[in-house]
Amino acid sequence: MSRQAVLCAVGLGIAVIYPLLAPNYLINIGMMVFFVAFIGQSWNIAGGFAGQTSFGHVVFFGTGAYTSTILQVTYSWNPWLAWPAAMLAGGIVGWIIAFLSFRAGLRGSYFALITLAFAEVFRILANSVPFTRGGLGMLIKADQRPINFQFKDPIWIYYIALVLCVISLLIAWRLTRNRFGARLVAIRENEDAARALGIDVFAEKVKVLTLSGAMCAAGGTFYAQKYLYIDPSIAFGVDKSVEMLLVSMVGGAGTIFGPLIGSVALTVINEVTRGLASVVPALKNVQPLSLVVYGIMLVLIVARLPDGLMGLFRRKPRHA
Amino acid sequence: MLDPQIIFAGVLNGLLAGGIYVLVAVGLTLIYGVLHIINFAHGSLLMLAMYAVFWLWRLVGVDPYVALPVVTAGAFIFGFVLYRLVIGRFSHGRDENVLLITLGLSIVFDNAALLFFGGETQTIDVPYAGSFVQLGAAFLPLPKLISFGASLLICVILGLYMAKSDTGKAIRAVAKERQGARLVGIDVDNIFAISYGIGIACLGAAACLLMPTFYVTPTSGNAFVLVAFTIVVLGGMGSFIGAAVGGFIIGITEALGGLFLGEQLGQIGISLIFILILLLKPTGLFGSRA
Repeated sequence: MSRQAVLCAVGLGIAVIYPLLAPNYLINIGMMVFFVAFIGQSWNIAGGFAGQTSFGHVVFFGTGAYTSTILQVTYSWNPWLAWPAAMLAGGIVGWIIAFLSFRAGLRGSYFALITLAFAEVFRILANSVPFTRGGLGMLIKADQRPINFQFKDPIWIYYIALVLCVISLLIAWRLTRNRFGARLVAIRENEDAARALGIDVFAEKVKVLTLSGAMCAAGGTFYAQKYLYIDPSIAFGVDKSVEMLLVSMVGGAGTIFGPLIGSVALTVINEVTRGLASVVPALKNVQPLSLVVYGIMLVLIVARLPDGLMGLFRRKPRHA
Repeated sequence: MLDPQIIFAGVLNGLLAGGIYVLVAVGLTLIYGVLHIINFAHGSLLMLAMYAVFWLWRLVGVDPYVALPVVTAGAFIFGFVLYRLVIGRFSHGRDENVLLITLGLSIVFDNAALLFFGGETQTIDVPYAGSFVQLGAAFLPLPKLISFGASLLICVILGLYMAKSDTGKAIRAVAKERQGARLVGIDVDNIFAISYGIGIACLGAAACLLMPTFYVTPTSGNAFVLVAFTIVVLGGMGSFIGAAVGGFIIGITEALGGLFLGEQLGQIGISLIFILILLLKPTGLFGSRA
C-alpha cells in the first residue's frame, strides 16, 4: 500500500473511533466538520476541479432542504425516501442553471454573479410562496426514531455525516483518475484549448454542475433533518454559499482533501476564537471574529497559496 | 386596479431612489471600465462609509450633508490605499483572483463591523427628516429630493472631470488601451489606484446622501451589491450613461415591484432583470461589444 493509502486508512479509523471516546459536544463539532466538508466538496467539484466559481451554491442546498422537508411535512413522505427526491431536485436545478448560463456563454465572474442572483430569486420565492410557509420557516415534527431520519444519540448523525464526507472524497478521488475529471481540469485551465481538443465544453460543464447540485442538495436534506427546521435565510442565505466556497478555497480548490482540510481549519479557528472570547470579555461575539480571520485567510491564500492549505503539504518538489 | 395617482407617486419615489443607485453604480462601473475587475466589496465599502457618517453624527454631531466632503475624501484615500496595498498587489492581474479577494475583503469588513459596531440597526435623526414636498398627489421626502439632486450633480461633476482634466483623460486612456497608455508615459498602476479611489469616493458621497433617510447595519452592503451589479449590467459594464439610465430603471422597478407584488416578492424584479440581461444581452443597453 502507498503512503497515502495508509494515511487515509488511519485517518478513517480515527474518525470512526473518535465519537466512542469523545463527549457529545465534541461529537457535534466532528459532525459539523464532516458536513461542511461534504457541502464544500460539492462546491469544489464544480468550482475547484472544473473552475466554475459559484457565489450562489446555496441555491442547491436550499432546494434539497426544502424539497425533502415539504415532501415530509406536507405530503407525509418518509425522509429517507425524500432524500433521493431532494437530490434529484438539486440536480435538476443545477442542470437548468448550468444550461441557461453556459448556453449564454457566461464565464468566470459573470457565472459567479448569476449564481448569486439565482440564489436570491429562490430566497425571495421561498419567502413569498405559500407552500414553503414563507418567512415563518418549516418545522419537522420531532419523532426520534431512525426510520424518521432522527436520532436520540448524536453518534448516528455523526456517522451519517462521516459517510457523506467519505463518499464525497471518493467522488473527488475518482475525478482525479477518470476521463471526465481530466476533461474538467482541461476546461478549467483553458476552455478554448479544451474545445480545440474536441471536448464538448458545454456538455461537461452542465454535467458537473448537475452532479454538484445533487450532492449539495443531499447536504440540504441532512441539515434539515439534523436541526428539524429551515427558513428562507438559512436555506438560501449568502452565508452558506460563502462557507462552501471558503472551505474549498482555504483548504485547496481542485484538490481531493481541500474542503475537508478547510473545514477542519474553520472549526479550529472557531473554537480558538470561542476560547479567546471566554478569556477576553470584549470578544463576546465569536462568529464574526472567526469570519474576519477566515476572510483574511482567503485574501492571503489567493495572493500567496493558490493550492490552499493543501499546498503547504506539497511544498517539496515531487521529483527531487 | 391601482389608482394612477398612486402609481405616479410610486414612479416618482422610484426615480428618487434611483438617483442614489446611479451614484453607487457609477463608482462600480468606473472601476470595471478602467480596471476590468468586478469589485465585490462595493456593498461592504458602502456600508463602512455609512457607519463613518453615522459615527461622525453620533460622536461629533456632524450633519451628514456637512460631512459629505470629508467622507468622500476619506473614502477616496481608503480606496486608493486598499487598491495599492491589497487588491492590486495580491491579484496578480487575474480577473477571478480579484473577485475572490474582494469577496474576502467584504467578509472581513462585514464581520469587523458586526464585531465592533454590533448588529443593531442604526439611524440618524435629522430635524429635516420629516419634511415633505408636495407634487400633485405625491408627497416627496425633502432629504430624498436633496440626495437626488446632489447625486446627479456629483455625477455631472465626475463626468466633466473625466472629460476635461488630465487625470480624467489618463483614466480614459488606460480604460481604452492599457499598453498604449503605458507607452505614452502614463503611470498605469497609479491610474488603477486612482480609479478605484474615485469609485469608492462615490460610495462615500452616496453614504452621506443615504443616511438621513436610510439605516445602517453590518449587512446593509448586501442589499446594495446585487442592485448595483444589476444596474451596471443593465446599463452595460463600463458605461457611464448606462449606469445612469440603469439606476433610474432599477429604482422605478423596485418601487413598482413593491407596489404590485408586495414588499417581499417585489424584490424579485431586480434579480430577475439581472439574470435575464446576463442571459439574453450581456452587453447591456449601452455597453460596447467586447
